[in-house]
Amino acid sequence: MLSEIRRFFAERSVLEVETPLLSHSIGTDPQLAFFTTEYCLSPLRQTLFLQTSPEFAMKRLLAAGSGSIYQIGKAFRNGESGRFHNPEFTMLEWYRVGFTLPQLMDEIAELIAGLFSGQPLQETQRVSYQEIFGSFTGLDPLVFLYQDYCAFAGDSGLSEAVAICGHDHAVWLDFIFSHKVQPHLGDNALCLVYGYPACQSSLARINEQCSLITDRVELFINGIELGNGYYELVDADEQSTRFDKELVIRQQQKLAVSVKDKRLVSALESGLPECSGVAIGLDRLLMLLSGSESIEDVLSFPIHRA
Amino acid sequence: MASYSTNEFKAGLKVMLDNDPCAIIENEFVKPGKGQAFNRVKIRNLKTGRVIERTFKSGESLEGADVVDVEMQYLYNDGQFRHFMVPDTFEQYQTDEKIVGEAGKWLKDQDTCTVTLWNDAPLAISPPNFVDLAITETDPGVRGDTSGGGGKPATLETGAVVRVPLFVQIGEVIKVDTRTGEYVSRVKE
Repeated sequence: MLSEIRRFFAERSVLEVETPLLSHSIGTDPQLAFFTTEYCLSPLRQTLFLQTSPEFAMKRLLAAGSGSIYQIGKAFRNGESGRFHNPEFTMLEWYRVGFTLPQLMDEIAELIAGLFSGQPLQETQRVSYQEIFGSFTGLDPLVFLYQDYCAFAGDSGLSEAVAICGHDHAVWLDFIFSHKVQPHLGDNALCLVYGYPACQSSLARINEQCSLITDRVELFINGIELGNGYYELVDADEQSTRFDKELVIRQQQKLAVSVKDKRLVSALESGLPECSGVAIGLDRLLMLLSGSESIEDVLSFPIHRA
Repeated sequence: MASYSTNEFKAGLKVMLDNDPCAIIENEFVKPGKGQAFNRVKIRNLKTGRVIERTFKSGESLEGADVVDVEMQYLYNDGQFRHFMVPDTFEQYQTDEKIVGEAGKWLKDQDTCTVTLWNDAPLAISPPNFVDLAITETDPGVRGDTSGGGGKPATLETGAVVRVPLFVQIGEVIKVDTRTGEYVSRVKE
């Protein structure tokens, strides 16, 4: 799998890079918990973070003029453990300078088709978040009608959602999508879901035509989430504002204190080229390629035996 | 009682849910890469036996349930309650028919069974998988019958009715599988 991926990018002249796992700052996303560690170079003592993805460092390379790049490396997410999660996992992340999101989606489909050439998948499906969400639930994911969402949960035997999600649109979407939509996505096929609601934009750009959606894509095969891509946000001010918002949320939710990556913001200020990027979890991809039921089956030593 | 976070949920753990003691059967961590983490949990209500699925926000916790299985000797039925005793301590417990349920028809005085205690009160009774019981009533068998085919109902000393082969007679002791309610064999005295 790894050699096939490297060959794929070599053919396309995308440069392989390596960026630090240990960094002075870390993502502010309230949904991502990170590992903190201490750097001791007496008398210096500094808090460093294990990266939840190589995104920020790779964007700094892009801003410095690297051109299209990819990386295969470890990423760390604290507190994530289960049949599809291990706190340390392997990620493939790549950026294509000058690519729009649809162009990147084509390339993703090509890469996946190549990897599955021994066990071909059905034709790749492309569907908007609004369309797929609506077809399984009858709800509009872009407009938060609290009563309708509650009624749907009640009718679907998920009445606990009302207490869990409260009036938070994004949590409602996560709840309903992961229970009622995702399990049906990509039956022996790659399913690309694009046009995520703006409240789930993360580091993607808001769509030019419709401010309710964001230029973000997610990949699914057999109901398993494999990756996430963006038409990258290049606006330094907007990025800085989003960081600040998330830092406030982290504070409100009493989450571990994160350090905003000023080096990324200044890289964006100096100019990130128009680009699209995506990250794919390689352990899950290997699960699918090998027909494994649990991520433990494709790891040398899962966390409880590491 | 301690409380348990969703991260500690594993098969067999006993917790309180909606004021009823429950046992966890399965716990799946569900988390979109950029979204809220949930735990989808399959759980059995120990009072009703019903299995439900319930989702929790990861990190939520449930109160543990003080539920233990204890081997006890069945003593007697006083007409209203059944009485059980822990052989080591001679401690005695009584339960009504509602809790004994289906298990009641397999309980013979002095036999050992498993009593599930919740807050030190019986919650459920499980008979052994196999019990030896005498037949108190059945039609007379016909000479020459073998175990193959047919069969007839037989009432046992505890009141249970099972199908037995035609050759089995009143007064004989038979082994019964309590999980299926089926005759297994005759037992030599």
